[in-house]
Amino acid sequence: MSRLTEAQALAYWRRNLALMFKLLVVWFVVSFGCGILLVDELNQIQIGGYKLGFWFAQQGSIYVFVLLIFYYTRKMAKLDREFNVEED
Amino acid sequence: MELQTLTYLVVGASFALYIGIAIWSRAGSTKDFYVAGGGVHPIANGMATAADWMSAASFISMAGMIAFMGYGGSVFLMGWTGGFVILAMFLAPYLRKYGKFTVPEFIGDRFYSRTARAVAVVCLIICSVTYVIGQMKGIGVAFSRFLEVDYGTGLLVGMCIVFFYAVLGGMKGITYTQIAQYCVLIMAYTIPAIFISLNLTGNPFPQLGLGSTLTGTDTYLLDKLDQMVMELGFNEYTTEYRLSGLNMFAYTASLMIGTAGLPHVIIRFFTVPKVRDARSSAGWALLFIAILYTTAPAVAGMARLNLMQTIEPTPGEYLVYDERPDWFRNWETTGLLAFEDKNQDGRIQYSANPTVNEMVTVDNDIMVLANPEIAQLPNWVIALVAAGGLAAALSTAAGLLLAIASAISHDLLKGMIAPGISERAELRASRVAMAAAIAGAGYLGFNPPGFAAGTVALAFGLAASSIFPALMLGIFSKRTTKEGAIAGMVAGIGVTLFYVFQHKGIMFVASTAFLGDMPANWFLGIEPNAFGAVGAIVNFAVAMLVSRVTSAPPESVQELVEHIRVPVGASAAHDH
Repeated sequence: MSRLTEAQALAYWRRNLALMFKLLVVWFVVSFGCGILLVDELNQIQIGGYKLGFWFAQQGSIYVFVLLIFYYTRKMAKLDREFNVEED
Repeated sequence: MELQTLTYLVVGASFALYIGIAIWSRAGSTKDFYVAGGGVHPIANGMATAADWMSAASFISMAGMIAFMGYGGSVFLMGWTGGFVILAMFLAPYLRKYGKFTVPEFIGDRFYSRTARAVAVVCLIICSVTYVIGQMKGIGVAFSRFLEVDYGTGLLVGMCIVFFYAVLGGMKGITYTQIAQYCVLIMAYTIPAIFISLNLTGNPFPQLGLGSTLTGTDTYLLDKLDQMVMELGFNEYTTEYRLSGLNMFAYTASLMIGTAGLPHVIIRFFTVPKVRDARSSAGWALLFIAILYTTAPAVAGMARLNLMQTIEPTPGEYLVYDERPDWFRNWETTGLLAFEDKNQDGRIQYSANPTVNEMVTVDNDIMVLANPEIAQLPNWVIALVAAGGLAAALSTAAGLLLAIASAISHDLLKGMIAPGISERAELRASRVAMAAAIAGAGYLGFNPPGFAAGTVALAFGLAASSIFPALMLGIFSKRTTKEGAIAGMVAGIGVTLFYVFQHKGIMFVASTAFLGDMPANWFLGIEPNAFGAVGAIVNFAVAMLVSRVTSAPPESVQELVEHIRVPVGASAAHDH
C-alpha cells in the first residue's frame, strides 16, 4: 500500500474531477437537455412510434444513466491502478 | 383456484420467506446491525438498494401518475433515477472510504462539531419520518385491498413482519430480505407488463412495445393514445407539460438531488467491502431499478389506452354501465373508481370536461393494481401483484426505520449522551430504538396526520435541501467550516419548509396556508413539491458565504478530507 505525495494526490483528484465533469455534462444533456429543454424540437423527429424528446424523457435518459455509472466505475478502477491506490 | 385463496397463499409464502431469512441472518454485533458486517457483495447490495429505494410510490402510484400526466410524468422517471449518477460519483465512494456507520456521524466528524451532528440527526429524522408514514399507509392499503382485512389489521400484520426481521437482524436481516423482496416485486411488475405488451403490440418487451404499432394495424400505439385522449378533450399524451418547462426542470432536479441525499439509501453503500464496490454497486442498483422504471411508462401508456378502449369500445359509442366488466365493479366498491350518470343515458361518458365527465373518480393507484384484471390475466398474476406491492412497501419501510434507529442509538445515544456505552449495550439500544421507531411509525400510520398523502415527494425536497449539500461540501470543499455547514443546513431545510407551509399550510393544515395553494402565488411558478432544488441552492450559497467569513477548519479535518478522496486504505467499517 503506497502513500501518495501531495502532488500525486492532487493530480489524482484533478483527473477524477475532470472525468466527473465530462460525465455530468452527458448526464445533464440527456435528461434536462433532451428530456426537458429541447423536448419540443426533438419531438419533431420520430423513431418508430416514439417522438424522440418523449423517448429521452421516459426511456433514453435512464439507459444512459446506467451506462454512465458503469463507465465511471471502469475509468476510476483504471485511474486507481495508474496511481497505485487500488484496494487489494 | 379462487383469487382470494391464491392471494393469501402467495403473500403468505413471501412472508414466510422473509421470516426465514430473518432467523438465518441474526445480527451479532453493532457492525452487523448498522452495516450488515460490511461484507455485502456489490451486486447483492445493488439489488437490496433497488428494493430499499423503490417504495409503494414507485410500485403502485408512479405508472398511474404517468398514465394521467403523460409526458409531464417524466419528472418522476428521470428524477428518481438520475440521482444515482450523482450518488455514484459525488457521495458513495467517499463516504464508504470514510467507513463509519451513519450519515450524521460523517457530518459531525467532517464539520468537527457535535452541533452539526445533532442538526444532521434532526434533518434525517424529519425526512425519514415523512417518508415512512407513506409506506405504512401503503402497507395498510395493500392489505385491506387484496386480503380484504381492515386497514388497521393489515397495518398491524405488516408491522409485525418488519419488526421481526428488522429488530432481529438489523441491516443484515434487512439486506437479505430486501434481496428477496426485489425479486418478488420485479416479477410482480414485469410479468403483467409483458402480457399486456404482447396483447396490444405483439412485442414481449414493454419498453419496445410502447413504441410499436398496435397488433393488426399500422397505427403506432402512442399515436392512437394521443388521438384518443385529444378526442376526449385532454392534452396530447406525449407532449403534455407539467405546468411549465421550468417547473419540470426544478421538480426533476429536486427528486435527483433528494435521491442522492436520502440517508436510508446512502447507508446501503456502507455495507460493501471496498470503495470500488461502492461505485459499481450504485450502477447495479440503478440497473435493477431501471428494469422497473423503463417498464413503468409502458404500463402507464398501455393502461390508459386499455381503460379508454374499455369505456369507448368504438368511437362515439360509450360503454353501457350495466355491461361494465367485473374489475370495474370491484374497484367501484373501494371508492377508487366512481361513476355518476349525469345525463341519465346509462352509458359511461369519459371526458376532460368536468361538467359532462361521468368517470368522476379514477384514482392513480388503480392503474397498476387493476392492470392485470383489465387485461384479463390469470389469477396467479393478480396474487403476485399483491405480494409485489407489499414487498415494495415493506422493504422501503425497513430501510427507513433502520436509518432512524441508527441515528438514535448511534448518533444520539452513543455519540452524545453516553459515549462510554459498551458494544453489547449499544446493540441492545439499537434494537430498542428500532422497536420504538416501528411503533412510532405504526402510530402515525394508524392516525395519519392530515398531510400523509403528499409527504413522500416532500421528503425528497427536505433531503435535497439539507443533507445532500452538507455531504457534498464536506467532500469537495475543504474550506467549508462548521458554521457554514450548520447555517447552510438550517437555511436550506428552513426555506423549503417555509415555502411548503406557506402554500400548503403549517404542518399541512390547509387553513393556515397564508399564501394559498395556487399557482399564481408560486415562486417562478414552481410547485411546493419541486422546491427542494431551490432549497439546495440556498443551502450551498449560505454555507459557502458563511465559510468565507469564519476561520478555516483545523488541519486534522483537512487531512480527513484528503484521506477520503483516495481509495487506498479503505478498511472495513470501523468497530467502535
